[in-house]
Amino acid sequence: MSIDWAALGQVFGVTLFVTVGIVGLFTLGIVGTSRKPQQEGAPVTADGPAGSGGAARAGAYACFALCAAAVAYGIYLIVAA
Amino acid sequence: MEHITLLIGIVIVTALVFDFTNGFHDTANAMATTISTGALKPKIAVAMSAVLNLVGAFLSVEVAKTISGGIIDETAGIRPEVIFAGLVGAIVWNLVTWLAGLPSSSSHALFGGLIGATLVAVGPSGVHGGAVVMKVLIPAVAAPIVAGLAATAATRLTYRLARNRAEEDTAKGYRAGQIASAALVSLAHGTNDAQKTMGVITLALITGGVVAPHADPPLWVITSAGLAIALGTYLGGWRIIRTMGKGITDIQPPQGFAAQTGAAATILASSHLGFALSTTQVCSGSVMGSGLGRKGGVVHWSTAGRMAAAWGLTLPAAGAVAAGAALLADQGDWGIATVAVLALAVCGAIWMASRRKPVDHTNVNEGPAAEPAGVVTTALQAVSPPPAGPVAAGASAIPSPAVAEARITDPVGAAPVIAAPVAAHPHEKRAERRAKAGSAAG
Repeated sequence: MSIDWAALGQVFGVTLFVTVGIVGLFTLGIVGTSRKPQQEGAPVTADGPAGSGGAARAGAYACFALCAAAVAYGIYLIVAA
Repeated sequence: MEHITLLIGIVIVTALVFDFTNGFHDTANAMATTISTGALKPKIAVAMSAVLNLVGAFLSVEVAKTISGGIIDETAGIRPEVIFAGLVGAIVWNLVTWLAGLPSSSSHALFGGLIGATLVAVGPSGVHGGAVVMKVLIPAVAAPIVAGLAATAATRLTYRLARNRAEEDTAKGYRAGQIASAALVSLAHGTNDAQKTMGVITLALITGGVVAPHADPPLWVITSAGLAIALGTYLGGWRIIRTMGKGITDIQPPQGFAAQTGAAATILASSHLGFALSTTQVCSGSVMGSGLGRKGGVVHWSTAGRMAAAWGLTLPAAGAVAAGAALLADQGDWGIATVAVLALAVCGAIWMASRRKPVDHTNVNEGPAAEPAGVVTTALQAVSPPPAGPVAAGASAIPSPAVAEARITDPVGAAPVIAAPVAAHPHEKRAERRAKAGSAAG
């Protein structure tokens, strides 16, 4: 009877990394696509929607795409197992 | 299909019943937080989970090689009676924990049942102690910790990143993400758990000589196992969903997303890296972790404690029921018939007890089950008082030795106890009197 610490540690590491990574990415996506709160003194229309807002939006979609890829990989793991 | 004896038929039906209880016991894993955060309506959530379980059952053609993963020596004398007794133990324990609204591992119940039945039928040599520790005890401790820590960290992170955003802006996105994670959990559950039933049925068919050894399961086995688990999932173990979705901690959309993603990642990582963790324990752990991760989040440790107690009891309790069932079933045909009748009676009694305080899709989100903390604990500790009416009715219909043995199988008698403190109905007392009268008459 020997405890497979290596496998357990690996599971722990991978789980932590993947969970935090995906949740982080997805949150960035949400942050990028949701309205910014109006801050006092901020130039509201200086950039327009095409400026930093557009960049944030593109970045957000990239984050969502990465998350979708992770889900696809998850489905692949289930099917291939 | 030509040579299916009655016994093998009974084993197949029992296996499908177990599959069904497995489905409705584990709906909560994928869907509890999805329902409580409002990501999906309760009925839609269980329907989606059911479909994905069904799909999952067909996805993987690799049959579970050993139904117990090497915990018991399957060459040492696994006869259909032993499998039958093990399944009965697992079903009864699944129903007891469902009545109490406690998420407990269906796989561990199956392991426990098979271990108990094997101990009686074959002896200690038939059970691999090391494998029990490695496959049941260590994962039971590790699963909630791994999933819980991951979910805590993810919850912290997501609240931190989105701290500048209004809650109502982000909730929709979180809910969408949560649905995706829950779908993955459902799919993985269908592939893993429907496999187990297929393995059990195939093993029974092989021992009966209906199917050649090492053969793939026939299509009807795959289909029926998939349908049983999907049906169970669709009917939904609303009691367990309520405990997991509302009872452990109050879940907000970001937490639900973090918890479900953590659960999906843990399940996939562990099954892929060969350190299988129980889905139920992973999901409960990640829900707790997400409760810890939110500022001001409260984890109801009394509920968590009862869950942990149920996890600890799963193996011995299912084993004890199965051991009693194996003892009876070994007596020959009438013994098997007795076990079948008793099992049916117990299932009926538990179902009746559940009707007193029904939980379904309409009230699943109404706060934590408002029962005093002590009830279930006392019930779980209860040392088998007399069984309720239906059990005695079954017992009195059979020859007298069986009545004495029915007492031995009595952990099943614990079932009505759970309901008893909640509502000590006068008719329960009458039933007890009848039970005593029945055994005296026998």
